Amino acid sequence: MVHVLSLLVEDRPGLLTRVAGLFARRSFNIESLAVGKSEIAGLSRITIVVDVEQGPLEQVTKQLNKLVNVIKVVELDQNQTVEREHMLIKVKVDNTTRGQVLEATNLFRARVVDVAPDAVVIEVTGDSNKTEALLRVLEPYGVKEIAQSGLLAIGRGSKSITDRVPKN
Amino acid sequence: MTTETATVPTTKAAGPSAPKPTPPAKLEVLTGSGAILRTLELLGIKDVFGLPGGAIMPFYDELMSSEKIRHILVRHEQGAGHAAEGYASSSGKIGVAISTSGPGATNLVTAIADAHMDSVPMLAITGQVFSTSMGTDAFQEVDIVGITMPITKHSFLVTSPEEIPETLVAAYHIATTGRPGPVLVDITKDAQQKSAPFIWPPKVDLPGYREVTKAHGKQVHNAATMIAEAERPVFYVGGGVIRAGASKELHKLAKVTGVPVVTTLMARGAFPDSDPQHLGMPGMHGSVPAVLALQEADLIIALGARFDDRVTGKPSEFAPKATVIHVDVDPAEISKIRTADVPIVGDAKEVIKELTEEFEDVAKKHKPDYKSWWQRLDELKTRFPLGYDEPDDGLLAPQYVIERIGEITGPEAIYAAGVGQHQMWAAQFIKYERPNAWLNSGGAGTMGYGVPAAMGAKVANPDRTVWCIDGDGCFQMTNQELATCMINNIPIKVAIINNSSLGMVRQWQTLFYNGRHSFTDLNTGHDTVMIPDFVKLAESYGALGIRVTKKEEVDAAIKLANETNDRPVVIDFIVSADAMVWPMVPQGVGNSSVQYARDKAPEWEVE
Repeated sequence: MVHVLSLLVEDRPGLLTRVAGLFARRSFNIESLAVGKSEIAGLSRITIVVDVEQGPLEQVTKQLNKLVNVIKVVELDQNQTVEREHMLIKVKVDNTTRGQVLEATNLFRARVVDVAPDAVVIEVTGDSNKTEALLRVLEPYGVKEIAQSGLLAIGRGSKSITDRVPKN
Repeated sequence: MTTETATVPTTKAAGPSAPKPTPPAKLEVLTGSGAILRTLELLGIKDVFGLPGGAIMPFYDELMSSEKIRHILVRHEQGAGHAAEGYASSSGKIGVAISTSGPGATNLVTAIADAHMDSVPMLAITGQVFSTSMGTDAFQEVDIVGITMPITKHSFLVTSPEEIPETLVAAYHIATTGRPGPVLVDITKDAQQKSAPFIWPPKVDLPGYREVTKAHGKQVHNAATMIAEAERPVFYVGGGVIRAGASKELHKLAKVTGVPVVTTLMARGAFPDSDPQHLGMPGMHGSVPAVLALQEADLIIALGARFDDRVTGKPSEFAPKATVIHVDVDPAEISKIRTADVPIVGDAKEVIKELTEEFEDVAKKHKPDYKSWWQRLDELKTRFPLGYDEPDDGLLAPQYVIERIGEITGPEAIYAAGVGQHQMWAAQFIKYERPNAWLNSGGAGTMGYGVPAAMGAKVANPDRTVWCIDGDGCFQMTNQELATCMINNIPIKVAIINNSSLGMVRQWQTLFYNGRHSFTDLNTGHDTVMIPDFVKLAESYGALGIRVTKKEEVDAAIKLANETNDRPVVIDFIVSADAMVWPMVPQGVGNSSVQYARDKAPEWEVE
């Protein structure tokens, strides 16, 4: 089963290795990983997507909590969470296909961010279903390259993962 | 979550003791090296084990003039690591090991991993190449912080002198609180050389480090009720009870409840062996009563134990009828192997105290009745006492030698073992009456642990007799520290249980590999070339070397060793290579398959 973990961590060198190491040790494959700053200086937020059973996941969560630089580990309930992925897609185009590619882009509410005579770069944001669907539509034209972010996720409502974290 | 601005760890009664912060002096500028030394002194460190090299030389230059810290120069960094472990495990204080960068640091790795497995409070300080050279494959550069990430409780890299006091204080705090463990502090050479104002006490901020929480009162109450209502309860006591300094509390709990006790390999001595409530050690080489008590129990109360595979055997067949109460300071241990019906996260000492009080309360209403349980256990104790057969080859029985060392030297001594058959016999046949008297490498199973650990223990406990029960294989891995012992006046006693082989592997070969003794013959013992000659080796170190081949020589040699305190003693006990460790639960099967001796399995109750 797919789980989304959100970690609040101290921004320290090697932190990512420590976190990734715990997953590697139990042979869990990290499906997606996104790291960035949080709203508190010195603290980063890591969003990890893993496909594991509940029992082993609890073990990893407990081990993550033991890492000295990890402040908080939360498993996000996917029904109560906004999830987004970001993808850049480079698609082959020519004068006959450009119009169709642009139409698909618009239908998915994606954007063209770069144009060349024989290719365009499309930026799309959404959950994985949306990005994958767009990719399928574009594939017949020739997808030359994609770059994809890890999943970003944030709980709905006013509560924050950093509530009760001293902000100094 | 706690934000910690405290200066130094809070003092725990029996845990590693922390010093009182001294009043801040006027701002003083020290080199990074000076700051390391001053911080260690202010933390109350008295003894350190290490070996210098290029990247740690600035600190060694400072260390030379210290009047408060005794540095013991080891002959191999692994020795420093195990000595720090022995120091810590025998005293409850933190052990400190120091090495240079590169190979110096990697030589500490085995000992750090060992301390991690056995929750030993250890501070490893390593020199690192200049911060400007890091990542360039500089001479003697290794990423020791990276290497030790999975085997430390935490590790720090320090690249400026300003960070030194707070980092060392944080490292001390992390190593000694909660579930203890090793912490590594890697300090670059430029951080040691540059200067900075020395600010004491430093501000330590560990927002992600969780202090021990107080156990949930309701859970403790539930546990007490379950104990009172159980018919076949057992206290499954692990090393956590020793680390928490909770032996006295355990004794009271046992007496108040009347529940039988088993002590794991790491917990030998947590409960007196002489106590009739004690069933012995559980596990692969546990006593039959201890193994079967767990197996037949309807309630297991695990206290600072982690359901190690050497205790449980095949986990799915372990204690099939038991409900489990699991007390541990580390939440990650609870339900890791066996799902706990009642999880209690807390310090063993506190929880046991509360549990005792709750039980006294509960027992007023519900008088527990373990009479038929004790009948069964007493019967097992009578039918399956620990014992051994005299070897057929007429050579010394190793068990006899170890038993006599324990009987002659007594429970006030400290016994450190290597890893293998001799370790199991030392766990079985020496009678432990107090905690911190038995030191061994339980989780990691590190051959060579014995000699340096005994050395560390003797430094921490100069007035106690310290025996190292070693094997001929183990001894050859770390005996160089006898030079350290000789030069620094650390008179340990080493009993080499010389069966001329890697005995435990040989035993498995005999039992499970059709007697094919593949590369386990060491040629050190009876009827061999005896390379090396352990007596001559001992003598070359300046130690007293004694060889014992006959039963009637055993006592005299042990007594002579106990009386010799001006130098280390090495006794080469030439024993039978065919002796085996019994009882035994073969690997991969349930504990009900325990064999009392070869081809001799006890009956146990199957419902």
